[in-house]
Amino acid sequence: MSDIVLQIDGVEVAAKEGMTVLEAAQKAGIYIPTLCHHEKLEPYGACRLCLVELESRGRSRLVVSCLYPVEKGLVVKTRSEKVDRVRKMILELLLSHAPDAFELQDLAKEYGADKYRFEKEPSFCVHCGLCVRYCAEVKKKEAIGFVNRGTKREISFIPEIASKECWNCKECFPLCPTEALQAAFVLAKALSFPSTEHAPAE
Amino acid sequence: MERINSANELEALRKSILSSRDTNKPCITICSGSACHASGSKEVASRIEEEIANQGLSGTVDVRKTGCHGFCEKGPIIVIHPEKICYFQIKPEDVSEIVTETIIGKKIIERLLYTDPATNEKIVYESEIPFYKNQERLVFGSNGSIDPKNLDDYLAIGGYSALAKALFQMTPGQVVEEVKKSNLRGRGGGGFPAGSKWEGSRNAPGDIKYVIVNADEGDPGAYMDRSLLEGNPHSVLEGLTIGAYAVGSHEGYIYVRQEYPLAVENVTTAIKQAQEYGLLGKNILGSGFDFTVKVHMGAGAFVCGESTALMTALEGRAGEPRPKYIRSNVKGLWNRPSVLNNVETWSNVPLIINNGADWFTKLGTESSKGTKIFSVVGKINNTGLVEVPMGMTLRDIIYKIGGGIPGGKKFKAVQTGGPSGGCLPEELLDLQVGFDELTKAGSMMGSGGMIVLDEDTCMVDVARYFLEFLTDESCGKCVPCREGIRQMLQTLTKITQGKGKEGDIELLEELAETAREAALCALGKSAPNPFLSTLKYFRNEYEAHIKEKRCPALSCKELIAFYIDPKKCQACTTCARKCPSNAIIGGKNLIHMVDQEKCTKCGTCFEVCPPRFSAVKKISGEPVPDPIPEEARIIVRGGKKNE
Repeated sequence: MSDIVLQIDGVEVAAKEGMTVLEAAQKAGIYIPTLCHHEKLEPYGACRLCLVELESRGRSRLVVSCLYPVEKGLVVKTRSEKVDRVRKMILELLLSHAPDAFELQDLAKEYGADKYRFEKEPSFCVHCGLCVRYCAEVKKKEAIGFVNRGTKREISFIPEIASKECWNCKECFPLCPTEALQAAFVLAKALSFPSTEHAPAE
Repeated sequence: MERINSANELEALRKSILSSRDTNKPCITICSGSACHASGSKEVASRIEEEIANQGLSGTVDVRKTGCHGFCEKGPIIVIHPEKICYFQIKPEDVSEIVTETIIGKKIIERLLYTDPATNEKIVYESEIPFYKNQERLVFGSNGSIDPKNLDDYLAIGGYSALAKALFQMTPGQVVEEVKKSNLRGRGGGGFPAGSKWEGSRNAPGDIKYVIVNADEGDPGAYMDRSLLEGNPHSVLEGLTIGAYAVGSHEGYIYVRQEYPLAVENVTTAIKQAQEYGLLGKNILGSGFDFTVKVHMGAGAFVCGESTALMTALEGRAGEPRPKYIRSNVKGLWNRPSVLNNVETWSNVPLIINNGADWFTKLGTESSKGTKIFSVVGKINNTGLVEVPMGMTLRDIIYKIGGGIPGGKKFKAVQTGGPSGGCLPEELLDLQVGFDELTKAGSMMGSGGMIVLDEDTCMVDVARYFLEFLTDESCGKCVPCREGIRQMLQTLTKITQGKGKEGDIELLEELAETAREAALCALGKSAPNPFLSTLKYFRNEYEAHIKEKRCPALSCKELIAFYIDPKKCQACTTCARKCPSNAIIGGKNLIHMVDQEKCTKCGTCFEVCPPRFSAVKKISGEPVPDPIPEEARIIVRGGKKNE
C-alpha cells in the first residue's frame, strides 16, 4: 500500500492506508493527549481529549484523532485555540469527578484547567472504559461492564464472573486512570463474594 | 389467499376487490390508533358492532376500524360513508342513536357535529372543517379510510402499484434517479437527501446490503411515525421494498420501539399478509426480486433513534452510538451498506414512484419538497397530527389548522424539532417551514414535533426541561454529552431557582460549544439547541432570572409569590377552602391573606379565585406587600356597620 502523506502541525508525516490520525502522529513522535485510548484495544472515541482541528475544503472542524482515518493531503492541527479551549473544558468536567487523578492533573496544568470550576462530585470513574474493554477484548471474560446510561452510567463487576476470573488476573487494575476500578472491585467482592474460596491456595 | 405472480394479476385482484365493494353501502369508520384507544374508541367500536347486530343490520352496514385521523383533540372520530358525515368525541352511549338516526333514518345528529369556534356553525363533512381543509394529506390521508389489518383495503386505494411499476418498468438505477430528482429529504432529523443516501449504498461494494425503517420515534409529544405505522403499515413496507430493489438489498429491518405495541402488531400482520400475497419474500410479483423484512423491537431509548446507535442495537448490543467517520450507507449494520430512513420518509416513496419526481417537487420550498406531517401539541386548540406542504407558515399551521391558543392567552413560542430543536418566537411566525428555513432560524425540522407555548411558559424552564430529558436519554459514553449536558442542566436549574449568578450565561455558552464541537453523536452535538435558541430569542428572560431574580412568565416556583389584593378580595373563602396547605389566613368578612411561610406555590388560590374578583395575584421579582393589620381587614358590606 502506497504511503499517504499528510501534514500534522506543519510537519509532513507519512502514514499507511487505514491508519488513524492519532497513530500517524504517534509514529511521527507528535504527542496528542488521550485518556480512553489503548493500543491493544479497539478505538473507542469516548473521552474526546484527542480531538484535533482539521482543515479540508477551506473549512475547519474538530474530529477525534483516534478514529479519523488518514487521508492524502490532510492538514491537521493538534493544538489550536479552539482545540485547547474544548480540551480544557473536557478536563474540567472530568476533574469534578476525579480531582486527584494524576493523569488529569498533569493535563490540567498543560491546559490551564481549573479543577474547582465545577462542583466536586467525586465518583472517581471517568468512564474511559479501559477496564471494560480490556476485559472483553483482550481477556474475553466480560467480568466488568457498564450499567445504566447517561449520568447514571457506572462500571460494575459481574459477581458470577468476577468471583471466578478476577482473582488471578487484575490486569485491568493498572489501566485505570483513577482509583474507581479498584474501589468497584473491592465493593463487588465485599458484597458478592467475600469468602476466599477462589483465592489461590496458601 | 393465492400468491400474486405478476403485475397484471395484481391489477386484476385490485379490480375484483373494487367491484366486490358497493360504494353505496353504508360504512362506519372509527379511528382506532393508540391515541384513539386512549380516548375510548375501542368501547365505541365494539358498541357499534353490537348495535348493528342488534338492529338486524349485519351484512348491510360495514364497520371499519382505521388508523389515526389526526384530529386527536376531538377523538374518537367516526365518519359515515358514503356521505362522509363526521362525528366527533363519540361516547358509547351515542352509538345507538347514530345507528338509528343516521344509518337508518339518514338524519344528521347536530350535537355530534364539529362546531367551528370562529363562526359557531356546525360542519357536517370532514373536507369542510378548517383543521382538515387547510392540510395537504398525501401521506397521511389514507389513514382514515383503510383498515390497517386488511391488505385488500390498501390494494383498493392503489397500494403496491408503485412497487409493480418499479419492478417491471424501471431499473434500480432509475428508481434511485427518480428519488434523487424528487429531492426527498429524510423526515427523521437531519434532512439528508434520501436519493443520495440510496445511491451511496447502491454504489458501495458488497453483495449484502440492508434497508432499515427507523420507527424509534421518541420526541416528547410526537407520534406521527407511530400513527403511520399503525394506520398504514403497507405504505411503509411498499416504500421499503422499492428502496431495497433500488439499492440491491434483500433484507430489511423495522426498528420499532416496544412502547408502540399496536404499531408492532399491525406491521407484523402486514408483513405476514404481504408475504402470503407474494408482495414480500421470494420472487416478488414474479419479478425475480427477493426481499424479506423483520421487525425488531427496541427498548425505547431516545438515543437509539440515532442511526449508528440504532444499528448497534439491531446487532444485538447496547444501543450506543458508534464513532465513525464512514457513513452508514457504506458501512452500517454489520459493517455492510445500510440505508436507514424513518417511517414517514419510506411512506413518501410509493407516491414519488407513482406520480413522478416532477409532481413531488411542485410542492414545497426551494430546498424542501413535498409535505411534512407535524405533531402539533401544547397550548393549542386543535391538538393532533397535521400534514401540510413544506413552505406553509408557522402562523397558518398554528392558527388556521391548529385553531390558535386556548383561553385567550398570548402565543409565546413554538418549539420545533424535538429535544434537539429550538424555540421560535412570535416575530418568526411567518417563517415558512422547511429543513433549511428552520435550521437557519436556530431550530430544526427534526421528525416534526411542534409544541406550542403560551405566555405562561418560562423559556429558561423550557430549556431546562429539554436538557433534563436529554441527560436522562444520553447513553453516557462520551464526556461532552454525559458531563457537559449534566452541567448545563445544573446551571439552568439553578437559574430557574433564583440561584443564577453573573457568568452563568457565558458558562452555558462554553458548555454548549464543547458539546456541539466535541460530542460523539447527534444527540450530544444538538443537545445545546434548546438553550441556544431560547437564549437567542429570549435572552431578557435569562437576565431577569439571574439579575433581578424574577421570572417574567411568572412560572418558576422559587421566584414567584401569591398575593391577595386587599382591595379586590371579597372574603368569599373559596381559596381558603381549596388551599391544600392551609396557607390562607381568612374568615368570613375578613380580607384574606397568603401566609408566605406556609405557601407551597401550587397556584390553587390563583385558579379558584372567581374571575369577577380576580383578587389573587402572582408576583415575581418584587417584595410581597406587608400584611395589613387585622382591623383593616374587616369587610363592611351593604353599608351595614360591623361592630
